[in-house]
Amino acid sequence: MSRSLYRLPLEKPIYEVEDRIAALESAPLGAQQQEELRRLKRELVESQKKIFGNLDPWQTVEVARHPDRPKTSDYLSLVFDEFVELHGDKAFGDDAAMLAGFAKLDNHKVLVVGHQKGKTLTERQACHFGCAHPEGYRKSMGKMRMAAKYGLPVICLIDTPGAYPGVGAEERGQAQVIAESMFLMATLPVPIVCVVIGEGGSGGALGIGVGDRVAMLEHAYYSVISPEGCAGILWKSADFKADAAKALRMRSQDLKEFGVVDAVIEEPPGGAHRDPRQMATRLKTFLVRTLRELVSVPANTLVAARYEKFRKIGVFIEAAAVGT
Amino acid sequence: MTRRHPSNVSHAGANTENATTAIQSKRGVPEGLWQKCDGCQATIYRKEAEDLLNVCPQCGYHWYVSAAQRIEQLLDAGTFEEWDTNLRPTDPLGFHDKRSYADRIVSEQKRTGLSDAALTGTGMIRARRVACGVTDSSFIMGSMGSVVGERLTRLVERATTGKLPLIIISASGGGARMHEGILSLMQMAKVSAALARYSHTRGLFISVLTNPTMGGVAASFASLGDLVFAEPRALIGFAGPRTIKATIRIDLPKGFQTSEFLLEHGFIDRIVARKDLKSELARVIDYCGG
Ligand SMILES: [Zn+2]
Repeated sequence: MSRSLYRLPLEKPIYEVEDRIAALESAPLGAQQQEELRRLKRELVESQKKIFGNLDPWQTVEVARHPDRPKTSDYLSLVFDEFVELHGDKAFGDDAAMLAGFAKLDNHKVLVVGHQKGKTLTERQACHFGCAHPEGYRKSMGKMRMAAKYGLPVICLIDTPGAYPGVGAEERGQAQVIAESMFLMATLPVPIVCVVIGEGGSGGALGIGVGDRVAMLEHAYYSVISPEGCAGILWKSADFKADAAKALRMRSQDLKEFGVVDAVIEEPPGGAHRDPRQMATRLKTFLVRTLRELVSVPANTLVAARYEKFRKIGVFIEAAAVGT
Repeated sequence: MTRRHPSNVSHAGANTENATTAIQSKRGVPEGLWQKCDGCQATIYRKEAEDLLNVCPQCGYHWYVSAAQRIEQLLDAGTFEEWDTNLRPTDPLGFHDKRSYADRIVSEQKRTGLSDAALTGTGMIRARRVACGVTDSSFIMGSMGSVVGERLTRLVERATTGKLPLIIISASGGGARMHEGILSLMQMAKVSAALARYSHTRGLFISVLTNPTMGGVAASFASLGDLVFAEPRALIGFAGPRTIKATIRIDLPKGFQTSEFLLEHGFIDRIVARKDLKSELARVIDYCGG
């Protein structure tokens, strides 16, 4: 079990029990202490279940952003048997915020693309904290075109606060590349499976989010705008971020209800960051099962079904036709 | 079309006091005889600008035009047939900020005379039949929720089956509409997917960007034109200038995110003045087999 230096306030009761367990384990254990230890371990699981089973929307955002939460790079080593990284967009640069490469999953050869946030401060800065620039999306598009050429399924791991907002990003066509990427993915003639593993931040997330199956990890979020951004615009202050998070209905269960995601992948007790291996196993199970369903489907059928999947999203009133 | 047309609003009631204080009218709600130009800050006699299709006679700045006015300016008189007028927005999230989205919809509808931020249909441009969509920046910042996404998707689908050239004029400062949450975000994918299909049938899509075209609208259909036109000096971009400023903490370059900036960086085919838009559209349609 990982012991993080970064503790969310909501995790406090969990860490308290853990500290008691650690204290107990540091000394030789008699029968009585053994009994106490078993009791505390049960309490630990209960406490994790209770807290993580009842996260409010803002707490979900905090968990999704937890610095120890497994990232694309973790899943690349824990889920896949091999990763052959492919760099560069053949136009401007190599965006560290977007990883791409060949990978082996079970007996499938696939292309993986995913946002990368980095772990150390240096890495995180190099990745712009998971905010890709246009060259990131050009890189993922280039690799996807190649995957289509050689019939490789595509797996997209989504984890971004949003596409990078900056002068260079605008100069190099941030809006253009996100649009083009959706356009490309809509008709790419190979299976595409997308999983929001942490933050599903707006257009930057959707830019690699058009697939045959879209799933979310249980405590990930996926939203049209960051709660802070929404609060700033509608409440005129980012202090209302928790209200915005609630109003936006951005949690996995909400998106399942709206029919935007097909599956929610349950996280281990205490969240993915408490047990990355178990999380990776669950993700792998989902990916293998899903790919098995999709690889035998003819490309035309696949693309037609993908169209229908997105085509039916939206809620509006259609009154009995008047005129026209 | 029975929709209230801003340019038809009588000015007779505007008293001298109103006129001389140069009313700073809200976008889409013109009042008074005079208007301050956002481009040159001069106080302009409204009628004079209206005669120039709502372009400032002093500095050429392109003012707001409503979707209905746009249709009148672009399509041959009496040829427009509006589609999907029976679609209405609803409040799927039960969204509340300082007020409820449900209330906001009603008041925006009353204020603008629109049912939502886009209208779509078919008509003629100098006798060439086209499918045409226009977003109106006065309705919740011209943002795209389910109705805008659905109207545009149906528009693209009808252009595909009817083999019609497609023109979408964008005016959206709001991008994807927050009040419909993830459903708004997904409209970006939905319309883009329809455009991908349309493109595979060799359909011609001309996207016209007007002030402002931002966020999720810029990052979806508006950027997917086979040809991308922009009106002069329009604000066009992905992230809002304030967001960028807050992130990078430096002053933004002069002319950042304008039509001219995008042209310089290679994202726009032509900057077209409003008075020339109709003839320019007709001309390129002819080149592309329309
Ligand atoms: Zn002016």
